[in-house]
Amino acid sequence: MVHGEVWTIKELFVYPNEYIYWTVQIVMYPFMTGLVAGAFVLSSLYHVFGVKQLKEISRFSLVFSFALLPVALLPLLLHLQQPLRGIEVMLTPHFTSAIAAFGIVFSVYGLIVASELWFVYRRYFVETALALREKAGRSLAENIRYRLYRLLTLGAYDLSEQAQELDDKAVKILAGAGIPVACFLHGYAGFIFGSVKANALWMTPLMPVIFICSAVVSGIALCILTYIVTMEIRKLIVAWRRKPLPVLPLSEELKSAEIQVVTMTTRYLVMFMVLAITLELLDLIFRGYTAVKSWDILRSVIYGRDFFNIFVLQYGLGNLVPFVLLLLPRLTIRRAILATTLVLLGVFMMRWNVVIGGQAFSSSFAGYMHYQLPIVPHDWETFREGLCGALMVGVAPFILFWLLCKIFPVFDCPESE
Amino acid sequence: MMKRREFLKHAITVVAGLSLPLAALRIVQPERLFAGQEDLRWIFLVDTHKCVGCGFCVRACKIENEIPYDANVTRTWVERYVVTTDGETFADTPIGARDGFTDRRIDLGEGKFKEIKDEEIEKAFFVPKLCNQCDNPPCVQVCPVGATYRVPDGVVLVDRDWCIGCGYCIMGCPYGVRFFHPVYRVAEKCNFCYHRITKGLKAACVDACPFGARLIGNARDPNDPVTKTVLAGRVGVLKDEYGTKPWVYYLGLSKEVR
Repeated sequence: MVHGEVWTIKELFVYPNEYIYWTVQIVMYPFMTGLVAGAFVLSSLYHVFGVKQLKEISRFSLVFSFALLPVALLPLLLHLQQPLRGIEVMLTPHFTSAIAAFGIVFSVYGLIVASELWFVYRRYFVETALALREKAGRSLAENIRYRLYRLLTLGAYDLSEQAQELDDKAVKILAGAGIPVACFLHGYAGFIFGSVKANALWMTPLMPVIFICSAVVSGIALCILTYIVTMEIRKLIVAWRRKPLPVLPLSEELKSAEIQVVTMTTRYLVMFMVLAITLELLDLIFRGYTAVKSWDILRSVIYGRDFFNIFVLQYGLGNLVPFVLLLLPRLTIRRAILATTLVLLGVFMMRWNVVIGGQAFSSSFAGYMHYQLPIVPHDWETFREGLCGALMVGVAPFILFWLLCKIFPVFDCPESE
Repeated sequence: MMKRREFLKHAITVVAGLSLPLAALRIVQPERLFAGQEDLRWIFLVDTHKCVGCGFCVRACKIENEIPYDANVTRTWVERYVVTTDGETFADTPIGARDGFTDRRIDLGEGKFKEIKDEEIEKAFFVPKLCNQCDNPPCVQVCPVGATYRVPDGVVLVDRDWCIGCGYCIMGCPYGVRFFHPVYRVAEKCNFCYHRITKGLKAACVDACPFGARLIGNARDPNDPVTKTVLAGRVGVLKDEYGTKPWVYYLGLSKEVR
C-alpha cells in the first residue's frame, strides 16, 4: 500500500498521487515547538522585563521549556520515511529550503536554554556538590548524585556575591537573546507552511506571525496548567507530611500563593490570545475579501467541511469560551484549569486545521481528501502516524520534565538572588 | 628548530595536499559529467487533440520505471474532462487511467459514479499529465538536504540514496506529480525517462503512445520538430500562475483543465 492511502479518502477529482502525506505528527510538531517557545517567552518575562509576579513560574517554565525541546524533534523523526537519514538535514543542509535552517536554529536555541538553565541553577549545583562532598560514607546513589552535580558545576565553584551578580547578568542576557531565537524557532515553523505556494490555505506571509502568537498562547497555557497540577500534588504531599512535621507551610498558604501566580500569568495569556485571534481573523477576512482563484474551494472547506473543527472547536471552545472564563472576575483554580485546557485544545485544533485542513482539498481545486486518524495501529506506519504516535509525543515531555525535576528542582530551591 | 629547506619541503607537501582534493571535487561534479551540454534542454509536447485515453503511456511508464503495477501512484497519468451543455465540468482519472477509460461514467471517488447522457455532453477530451521539469522548480527549492536537483539539461532528478522522505517536495509541487515510492520509500517523480533519453532513446510513454500525442525534443535545437511546434504553434502550459516555468507544453489546452 502506498504511503498515505490508509488514512486518505478521496472525493471528486483528486490527482492520482495526492494523499494526506503530512499527518498527525506534523500537527504535533508545531504544537510542541510552540509550547517550547511559549514556555521560554513566559520565563523571559521575569528575567528580562522583571515582571516580579512571574518569578516562581519563570523557573518552572524554563525547565519545562528544556524538557519540551527534545520532544519537538520526535514528531519530525516519526514522520520521516527515512528516519535514519534525518541527520542529513544537519550535515548537508540545502539552504533554499526552510527546513534546512532547522539544525542551526534548533541547536542555537537548545544551547541558549541549556546555558540559561545552567546560570540559574549554578548556585544550587555548587551547594549540592559541596554538601555531598562533605558527607562521609556516601551511599551509591549519593555518590552518583555527587559526581553528577560535580560535573554540572563545570568546575565553577565561585559563589561570591560578585560571581552571583555575573550569573544574574548572564541569565538576563541569555533570556533576552532567547526571545528572538524562540520566536524564530517557531516563526520558521510557520514559514515552512506559509511559503508553500502550491498550497492555497498555507500560503500567507501572516503564517509565521500567527504561529508565534499562538505558540506563546499555548506555552503559557500549558505552563499554568502544569504549574497548577504540580502545586496540587505538592499540597497533597505537604498535607501528608505535615502530620509529623508541623513546621512545613500550610496548604492554605500555598493556595493563596498559587492563585496569585495563576491570575497574574493569565493576564499575559489573554493578551497574547487577543493578538493571535486578531491575526487569524485578519487572515480569514482577507482571503474572503480578495477571493482569488482558490477561494471557492477554500470557502467550501472552511465554512463547510471543516466548520465544526474551525468554528466550534478552535474559535468557539478553544478561544471564545476560555477568553470569557479568564476575563470573568474572581478567577478560581478550577476555572483556570478548565480555561487553560480549552486554550490548549484551541491551539491544537488550530494546528490541526492548518496542517490537515491544508490537505483537505486537492491541488486541482476540484476535489477533496478526508483524513481518518488511525486509532488502533496494525503496523508501524499506522502506529507512528496515528493516535498512539501522537500520544507518545504528547506524554514524552511530562516524563522528561519529571526526570529533569530530579536534577533541577523547580520548587524547593534556595533563592538565587 | 626546523631548517629552511625542511620547512619549504613541508610547505610544498601541504599546499599540494590541500589543492588536490579541491581539484578532485570539481572533477566529480555530477551535472558537469552527465548533462553539461550547453546545447541541450529537454522539452515535452502533449497534443491533447490526439489523445484517446487508452492509457498505454501509463502502463509503459509503470513497467519501465518499476513503479509497482497495482500501487495507486504513478509518474504519469491521463485525465478525462467532460463539459456538459449547462457548463458544468466533470473530471476523473481512475487509477491514473492505467487501464484506460473503460467506464463511461465519471468516477466521483468513494465508490460513486456520475452518468452523463450523450446529448448532455458539450465537449469531452483527455489530458495526459507528467512532471513539468520546471525552470523554477519549487520541489528543488524546498528539499532540505538537496536530494532533488535540476540538471542543466532541464530535468529534475531525485537521489534515492539521499532523500530523507520528509514529503516537503510533494507538498511544494502544484501539479501533484510527486509521491513516495512504495518500495524505496523516498520521493519519486517522472524524469522524462532520464535513463533512456540520455542514451538517445525516447521516453517510454512517448514510444508507447500509438497516436503521437506525446513528443519529446530538444529546445536548443531550432530544427527539432517539438521546438518548432512550441515556437510557432499556439501552445499552453499548466498552472502558469505559480511561476514555476514549466517545460511541458500542451496543444489544445482548454480552460477547464486543472
